[in-house]
Amino acid sequence: MSSWHEFLTMGGYGAYVWPSYAIVLVVMVINAVLPGRRQHALLKQLRRRVPNDRERQ
Amino acid sequence: MFVWFHKLASPPYFYRLAERIAPWFGWLSLIVMLAGLYGGLWLAPPDYQQGDGFRIMYVHVPSAWMSLFIYVVMAVAAAIGLIWRMKLAHAVSAAAAPLGASFTFLALATGSLWGKPMWGTYWVWDARLTSELVLLFLYLGYLALNHAFEDQRTGDRASAILALVGIVNVPIIHYSVKWWNTLHQGPTVFFGARADIPPSMYIPLFIMIIGFMLYFAAFILKRLQVEVLQRERHTAWVRELVERS
Repeated sequence: MSSWHEFLTMGGYGAYVWPSYAIVLVVMVINAVLPGRRQHALLKQLRRRVPNDRERQ
Repeated sequence: MFVWFHKLASPPYFYRLAERIAPWFGWLSLIVMLAGLYGGLWLAPPDYQQGDGFRIMYVHVPSAWMSLFIYVVMAVAAAIGLIWRMKLAHAVSAAAAPLGASFTFLALATGSLWGKPMWGTYWVWDARLTSELVLLFLYLGYLALNHAFEDQRTGDRASAILALVGIVNVPIIHYSVKWWNTLHQGPTVFFGARADIPPSMYIPLFIMIIGFMLYFAAFILKRLQVEVLQRERHTAWVRELVERS
C-alpha cells in the first residue's frame, strides 16, 4: 500500500472491500457482546427467584 | 487424561474455568486479528489481476473456514451428546450453532461482495456457493429445532440428529470446487496448485485464521456458560453461584 488515498479507495474497489469488513466487524461485535449480556440477564433473573424460594421454605 | 476430561464435563468446574480463560482468548484474538489486518490491508501487495479488491480474502476465507470448522465441532459434540448422553456436549452444540451461522452468513456476504466486481454478479447458483447456503440453512434448522421443544432434552436430541445428518454437506462444500467446474476459485492457498503466492500475501491470511479461531474459542466458552447456566438453573451449584455473585 503506497498511500492513504489508495488505502481508502482500495484501488477503486473500496465500495466492496470496506462494506465487507464492516459487515464482519458488526457481526463479530454482536457475537462478542450478546453472550455477556445474556449471562448477566440470566443471573439477574435467577437472583430474583432465589429469595422467593427461601420465603416459601 | 480421562479424569481431566471427566472433571471438565462437570458443569460447575467448567463454568469457573470458562470464566477465567475466555477473556484471555478474547483479547488475544483481537491482537492477532489487528496484526493480520495490518498485514493484509496495508503490507500485502495488490493482486496482479484483482488489484486491491482481493483484500476481501482476509475476512472471506477465515469466515468460510470457520463456518466449516464450527459445523464439525457441532456435529462431534452432537454425536458425543447422543452416544454418551453428556448434557454438556449438547450445550457445546447449542453454543456453537449461532457462531457457525454467523460465520456462514459472513462467508456468503463477503463472498458476494467480492463476486460483484470480479464475476459481475452478487450471486450465482454455483456448487460452492449453493452448498455453503445449504450450510446456513442447516445451522438455522439446528437452532430452530433446538428451541422448538418444551423439554430441552428433546430439543437437544432432535437438533443433534439434524447436525449429524447435515455433516455430509461439509465435504461437499470442500470438494465442490474440484468435483464440479465452478465459477468459485479452486483451492489456492492451502491445498492449492498455485505456489507462486508471495508470503506477504498468505502470511496475513494465516494470522487472520488464527485470530478467528481464538475469537471462536473465546465466545463459544462465553455462550457455553450461558447454555450451562440455563440448563442447570435448578441445580444447587447454580443457586449457590447466584447467591454468591
